[in-house]
Amino acid sequence: MRYSGFRVIKEALSGHKGWEPAWRTPEPKPHYDIVIIGGGGHGLATAYYLAKEFHQHKIAVIEKGWIGGGNVGRNTTIIRSNYLLDGNEPFYEFSLKLWEGLEQDFNYNAMVSQRGILNLIHSDAQRDAYIRRGNAMLLNGADAELLSLDQLRREYPFLNFNDARFPIKGGLAQRRGGTVRHDAVAWGYARGADSRGVDILQNCEVTGFRIENGQCKGVETSRGFIGAGKVGVAVAGNSTRVMAQAGMRLPIESHVLQAFVSEGLKPVLPGVITFGAGHFYCSQSDKGGLVFGGDIDGYNSYAQRGNLPVVEDVAEGGMALFPGLGRVRLLRMWGGVMDMSMDGSPIIDRTHIDGLYFNGGWCYGGFKATPASGWCFAHLLATDTPHPTATAYRFDRFARGRMIDEKGMGAQPNLH
Amino acid sequence: MIINHPLLGPCDAQEFTYKGDASLINRPDGMAEGAEGAFYDYAYLRDNPAGLHRELWFHEQGDRSWLVVTRNTVTHEITKVELARDVARNMGRST
Ligand SMILES: Cc1cc2nc3c(=O)[nH]c(=O)nc-3n(C[C@H](O)[C@H](O)[C@H](O)COP(=O)(O)OP(=O)(O)OC[C@H]3O[C@@H](n4cnc5c(N)ncnc54)[C@H](O)[C@@H]3O)c2cc1C
Repeated sequence: MRYSGFRVIKEALSGHKGWEPAWRTPEPKPHYDIVIIGGGGHGLATAYYLAKEFHQHKIAVIEKGWIGGGNVGRNTTIIRSNYLLDGNEPFYEFSLKLWEGLEQDFNYNAMVSQRGILNLIHSDAQRDAYIRRGNAMLLNGADAELLSLDQLRREYPFLNFNDARFPIKGGLAQRRGGTVRHDAVAWGYARGADSRGVDILQNCEVTGFRIENGQCKGVETSRGFIGAGKVGVAVAGNSTRVMAQAGMRLPIESHVLQAFVSEGLKPVLPGVITFGAGHFYCSQSDKGGLVFGGDIDGYNSYAQRGNLPVVEDVAEGGMALFPGLGRVRLLRMWGGVMDMSMDGSPIIDRTHIDGLYFNGGWCYGGFKATPASGWCFAHLLATDTPHPTATAYRFDRFARGRMIDEKGMGAQPNLH
Repeated sequence: MIINHPLLGPCDAQEFTYKGDASLINRPDGMAEGAEGAFYDYAYLRDNPAGLHRELWFHEQGDRSWLVVTRNTVTHEITKVELARDVARNMGRST
């Protein structure tokens, strides 16, 4: 069924009796050509592009809970392509271009809103760094704009420009950045994949791999063995646990990141803003809530909740930047478990086991990557070669000294 | 989280900096056979378990000692706290 304005009117006139479920609930088949583990944004996007762009058949997505119950439904929904390094920027710009056409492509309203993202500058050194970053973005075909203090005062009059410690000196804007309705991304990809024959198997946990003579033959699950020609793993914060079942140790630690939503307000915040002197970022959802977050808690965690010191830190960052926030009441807060990698960048690669492929290490920035991650992982699974924008995301980059370390922090995941 | 420091008693985890898996105490011998592979494992690969995890915390805003904390990564419950010095000595490191 195609969704359209016309369809909504037609259904309204006929008592909304014609809507169908957006995807089926199939029984697992004994064998698939390609099995994707993880029904988050990345796994669903991979299945969608495998079917649509790479013309693969007999595909299943296996999800231990319900689709969209992981990080894809827990993040702060920011999309952008404002990276510095060569290994990253072409990939994230590819992703942003895919976001721009996504809703037409999968015929689903994901509320992609290019309301812009603004990174604030608080010192001369930071301005130099942001000019360099902006130039790297422009060189890779992305947009970037350096904003003067006057421009900022006009566009964001409510910011605390004269903070004693961190006065605002300017900003780097990416107007094409913005926010997306996160659950709708999972649902849109799920519906698009399902309509092309992909089986989405929910409440089905992968508990092991069947590996014979160095070849992956399928997966053991809570609903029995499922055979597969190829298996792609995209389980975000659970990467270590799933890959351990194949005997692999990963360059990854799992960490918890918290997010916060305030009561609904009239429009106050035109785009996404990020504090340059501490960890705080904020946008306003279409329902009116301020959606914000900050740093990860900083210790290994599989608990989908964090602790109070980070709550305090985020609130302080918010108040330093945006004092009006102090009058706003917090409605909800939660946490998600992310796979923090050793250089802060992801991995999309084959493994030493034939037929087993891995996609992970997305840290706290994998939502914006969803379309390109799905596309590039589908490319790898279908053709056995990396997509041109994802050639740097290899497992062996650590052994070969080719880290993609945007922050220059070294092998310390909680600092990325 | 409260870390029960063996010398100072209960301290807020905020006084500490987190380093990671306590196996980082076992720095490989750079002169030994196969040192390259051993250092790759040491620097980049982690067990990252869901459940009990032995990890290094540095009391940066306290007595600046290194602790080995045994903590459950699913519940955040801390069950054991040792001085990293004692842990290293028990493994036969220095005297
Ligand atoms: C609080 C928070 C805020 C964030 N904000 C942003 C942001 O603003 N911008 C941005 O770009 N990124 C952000 N991120 C990061 C982003 O959400 C993640 O990097 C991204 O969603 C991870 O990919 P995914 O959607 O596939 O993960 P998930 O949705 O977590 O999908 C993984 C799925 O695998 C399933 N799974 C795990 N183990 C098994 C198993 N054994 N068998 C079967 N299934 C299994 C899980 O149930 C889960 O559904 C944020 C993350 C958090 C937690």
